[in-house]
Amino acid sequence: MKRKPFPWHVVVFLAPAVAIYSLFMIYPLIDSLILSLQNKDPDGAVVFVGLQNYQTLFSSENWSKPFWNAFWNNIEFFLYHMLIQNPVGLLLAVLLASRIRGGWLYRTIIFTPTILSVVIVGFVWRLVLNPAWGISQGILDAVGLGNLNQPWLGLENTALPTLSLISVWQNIGIPMMLFLAALIRIPDELLEAARVDGASAWTVFWRIQLPLILPTVGIVAVLTFVGNFNAFDLIYATQGALAGPNFASDILGTFFFRTFFGYQLQPGDPYMGATVAGVMLLIILTGVLIYLFAWQRRLQNIQF
Amino acid sequence: MRKWLVFLFLSIVVMGLTGSALAQNKVRLTIESWRNDDLKIWQETILPAFMKKYPNIEVVFAPTAPTEYNAVLDTKLKAGTAGDLITCRPFDKSLELFNAKHLDSLNDLPGMNNFSAVAKAAWSTDDGKTTFCVPMASVIHGFLYNRAIFRELNLQVPTTEAQFLQVLQRIQQTGKYSPLVMGTKDQWEAATMGYQNIGPTLWRGETGRQGLIAGTQQYNKGGFLQAFEALAKWRPFLPRGYQALAYPDAQNLFAQGRGAIYPAGSWDIATFRQMNPRLELGAFKPYTFGTASQCVINDHPDIAIGLNSASKNKEAARTFLAWVATAEFAQLYANALPGFFPLANVQYTVSDPVAQTFLSWRKECQASFRTAYQILSRNANPNNENDLWNASAQVLNGTFTPKQAADYVQSRLASWYGPQKGK
Repeated sequence: MKRKPFPWHVVVFLAPAVAIYSLFMIYPLIDSLILSLQNKDPDGAVVFVGLQNYQTLFSSENWSKPFWNAFWNNIEFFLYHMLIQNPVGLLLAVLLASRIRGGWLYRTIIFTPTILSVVIVGFVWRLVLNPAWGISQGILDAVGLGNLNQPWLGLENTALPTLSLISVWQNIGIPMMLFLAALIRIPDELLEAARVDGASAWTVFWRIQLPLILPTVGIVAVLTFVGNFNAFDLIYATQGALAGPNFASDILGTFFFRTFFGYQLQPGDPYMGATVAGVMLLIILTGVLIYLFAWQRRLQNIQF
Repeated sequence: MRKWLVFLFLSIVVMGLTGSALAQNKVRLTIESWRNDDLKIWQETILPAFMKKYPNIEVVFAPTAPTEYNAVLDTKLKAGTAGDLITCRPFDKSLELFNAKHLDSLNDLPGMNNFSAVAKAAWSTDDGKTTFCVPMASVIHGFLYNRAIFRELNLQVPTTEAQFLQVLQRIQQTGKYSPLVMGTKDQWEAATMGYQNIGPTLWRGETGRQGLIAGTQQYNKGGFLQAFEALAKWRPFLPRGYQALAYPDAQNLFAQGRGAIYPAGSWDIATFRQMNPRLELGAFKPYTFGTASQCVINDHPDIAIGLNSASKNKEAARTFLAWVATAEFAQLYANALPGFFPLANVQYTVSDPVAQTFLSWRKECQASFRTAYQILSRNANPNNENDLWNASAQVLNGTFTPKQAADYVQSRLASWYGPQKGK
């Protein structure tokens, strides 16, 4: 029997992707991790310090307090997306999948904010909520709730919820589309059979649709998690790098930005910045691993 | 048509050739700068005046975008391709260049004695012994007010804190206008146009500022604490929803005539002239207090110019720098850029009446500048300037008492700055 020749074509086809991915993703990642293990000695020379930067980040009050503040804010930011964006996205998808009249129009309108630039979204919402001439005052006045209006983006207990909801508003199209794609793939026979058996729409959703789109639910959850813990742009565009008031809207992305690049008179610190980035990588990695092992493995057998 | 183009092209070439032949015995200087907004002013006003006086020196203004300037300049200096004259950012950025031997000491330049120590501080070594840039201009803080509203409500310009608060109260009672137009969302206004505007009078200007650097004065004692207390009194007079008003929002409110008094930096003059030319603008200086009756203004150094150590035309470059220290330059610069005030102690007049008012305070008051800019903001975390922004904004938001704000800023400064340790 003749030995199979080495499959060179596989190497050739893989090479461009591997090369580009290594050069632009793997190499910077490793380089950033190495940077987080270095610092400057008093003479200004770069030295290897092991895990000392990580120790500083968690033990020195000047570092740990803003870090944990950003971390818990980030959890809150994530929970708003998990508890509002994804369930509402699912609801919209189920409604659209039921072939309501004008579904394509709703689908387009709901998806539109997703394709807008974050800078535009931040700017528009800042105008809407502006206490001096924003339309939020007029809208609330019209329904007699004018005195409920608040400087939403300027108060410590409303800034982060407001920003989270803006982000939900912008991104809700993504889970909606993913859920919709999964729902459409469910064979009509299954739904028809259920209806013939007398199942209500409610039962159809819980007993047939939801179990069959569970893999998508998992993917949406993990995408939300990764997206939220990498988030930066909306907060930066709306609140600036100081993520005010009093860092009430500071999340890991803005904390990293200030640390690495500096701000106004604050000099940038690439070593501590890389350390923050390292911890962010660890958090995201943990989340993704939990998904892979606890969720995706159990789903492998569900098929139709 | 074609012929004409060829002719035009040839004549340009010929003119170019004769031009460069004439320039053979001319020295050519290049200025590095981040003020690309001012390109026209330099090319059409400032440089022709110099070259008329010194026909054998040709000066070219070659600016870069403000955000790229630091990086571009660093690269050029390392490669040895930077211009002869370097526009200097204030404080640490230029000090870095001097320490790296990219800038020459200018202690013996004729005209340097036209500048006070405060004016030179932003471009001097920490001990103040060596100055490496010729100060060009500063910005001054104070208050702008709407003269039409003051006339309508029959109000007098306040000079003391009591009068200031009384005026604010009167405006509030009529309910037509926001008494004091400022927001806290961007945070820096609270510190820069609030705390650092009225504060210098309370901490006795340079005495207080240098006391902080020496460790003999603290943010949570004396004038520095009083300044937070004075700032807290502004709270009831700010526009509705001020916590979410950004800097451009406040500018718009005031330019539209919806507010009476605007805590300002002198650069705002040009902005308001442009936004609403019919706005009747007036200015008054930071008010004094019962306990502090000597006014001190925040005359913040912003821009200077230095000599590249690698320049091949140092003689000509020094001639230019000496000219920057003269009254002629001051006169040209001040009128081309109202709101940026030349720092030299020479006679010059500005034509904008509001800018004139700002300038007149230099004669009546002592001068100092923002406390966190020299030395105290060298640390990345905690950073003194960022802390002042946050604390001042929180005092106005009512989430910090003045004492809490002062303790917050002081304890974080003391956590890393040697002379303040344990204080």
